[in-house]
Amino acid sequence: MTKKKRGSSSVYRTGTDSVKIRLIVLTVLAALLLLTALCAKYICPYDPYEQNLLLAKQPPGPEHLLGTDRYGRDMFSRILIAGTTSIFSTLILVSITTVTGTFVGIICGWRGGFVDAFLMRISDLFLAFPSLVFALAVAGVLGGGVQNAVLALAVVSWPKFARLARGLTLTQKEAPYIMAARLSGSSTPALLLRHILPNIAGPVLVTAVLDIGTMMMELAGLSFLGLGVQPPAAEWGSMINEGRSLLQIAPWMSLAPGAAIFVTVLIFNLLGDTLRDYLDPEHKKKRGK
Amino acid sequence: MLKYIGKRLLQLIPVLIGITFLSFAMMRLAGGDAVTYMYENAGSVVSQEVIDQTKKEYGLDQPFLVQYGRWFAGMVTGDMGTSYVSGQKVYDTFMEKLPATILLTVSSMIVTMLTAIPLGIFSAIRHNRWSDYLIRFLSFIGNSAPNFFAALILMYVFSVKLGWLPVITSENIAASLVLPTLTLAIAMAAKYIRQIRAAVLEELNKDYVTGARARGVRGSVIIWKNVLRASMLTIVTLMALSVGSLLGGTTIVESIFMWDGVGKMAVDAITMRDYPVVQVYVAWMAVIYVAVNLITDIVYHYLDPRVRLGGEQG
Repeated sequence: MTKKKRGSSSVYRTGTDSVKIRLIVLTVLAALLLLTALCAKYICPYDPYEQNLLLAKQPPGPEHLLGTDRYGRDMFSRILIAGTTSIFSTLILVSITTVTGTFVGIICGWRGGFVDAFLMRISDLFLAFPSLVFALAVAGVLGGGVQNAVLALAVVSWPKFARLARGLTLTQKEAPYIMAARLSGSSTPALLLRHILPNIAGPVLVTAVLDIGTMMMELAGLSFLGLGVQPPAAEWGSMINEGRSLLQIAPWMSLAPGAAIFVTVLIFNLLGDTLRDYLDPEHKKKRGK
Repeated sequence: MLKYIGKRLLQLIPVLIGITFLSFAMMRLAGGDAVTYMYENAGSVVSQEVIDQTKKEYGLDQPFLVQYGRWFAGMVTGDMGTSYVSGQKVYDTFMEKLPATILLTVSSMIVTMLTAIPLGIFSAIRHNRWSDYLIRFLSFIGNSAPNFFAALILMYVFSVKLGWLPVITSENIAASLVLPTLTLAIAMAAKYIRQIRAAVLEELNKDYVTGARARGVRGSVIIWKNVLRASMLTIVTLMALSVGSLLGGTTIVESIFMWDGVGKMAVDAITMRDYPVVQVYVAWMAVIYVAVNLITDIVYHYLDPRVRLGGEQG
């Protein structure tokens, strides 16, 4: 952040080339993560759901890379399988919030007036609403499970994007090129999709990528509290929860899935940061709240 | 000024009605009816008549809007209802839990400020040297660690391995406070350092700093008297948001450490379908939300009179 002159004493990290390299490396890493998550079923060494009480609570070793849990299930395989759930549900969640929020935000910024005031008050309401309560209510109505945790978080998270997109649309709305496009006969939907959207896409994209980490933590947090993914399905948050009472005897049971979340979040956060440096070298933290 | 505050407090009303209504509706829709739950918890099998009777007692047989209306009328007059689970007055339960949450809020804010402000400034002064990189690296790490993971690591190191501190809340409040405080402070300090560093860097590049330097003002004086003051806006915003979310009870951290605060109360109430307690929690969150926004705006105005009060807060 704040890439500002200060001579060439810091060639490292300041040049666009190094940003580009970082971006490529991190994109590859993120892609690898996705690939692993996608192929988890085929690469995990053991059946992640097969119980064998004789092998319960084995410490990490050559046989079981990350040990086994209290039912003798192989932790490494479970973490791989859980990754599929954790990573893909997070990505779906972020896509939903980004698209919905941006759509609402553009409409609000463009139309103004009553529509704007109304939708923004609603977004206020959801910002103030504790996601936990929502998650449970949703789980109660629709039954527990990961889809419903995703739904609950989506409902309380879209306002962030709505506000961002609204602010950005307001800055673009009066720009001469919009006037020009309008004069040349663009219809409103075309104007919004072809002119406004591409011009606000950068910051929205950066926020979305940075949001992946946050949302992954929130989702894991809900599962950790027992409100998201239900056992025996494997998910990182619920695995930590299963393991936490055995922290003294079998610390790998909770620390290994914790580390998995940590590394994944770290990679996506770094990716988001680098993407921001790349798209907006003069970036200064001024946006958002 | 007072008029402005009054006007903003009036905004509390729609938000409060909106979100309590929403949660009321959702809790009712969620079904999982509290009375059946209550008897199940007690371990007794009861006939449908008894269940219906109890529902009547709690007014759960009334139409939804009537129930909400009653609840709201009760809240305005200070009666928040009775917990389905413990049978205690909800307001008393809430008040009982609040101090623990406030204590945790205050202690973690203090630790956060004491680490983040010096480190953020230091990192900015040492811009792009190895110490800056180190601090930034650490803050990035702290930022990416989910708080339950940080909590478990701290527990593992300090309680299990070293045996210095209790794993969960015990008699000794001070010792029990350490780990939850650290868990919360790590994540917050990590975020603050980055923001403070950015704000200070931006200030340092301004002309007045060069001017002051040229006039021979000592570097430390410039930092503490001018730059820090100017960066206060960033810090205050961050603080207000954090205090808000901390006062809402950090559900996860409180649950992990069995810290008996508002957040844990909410989680417990939610899993037990204890609607009245959940409602109080939701109302409390609404109050915090409005209050935090208001206080931030007022402080902004004092720190930087150019910021006009009454501007749109959308």
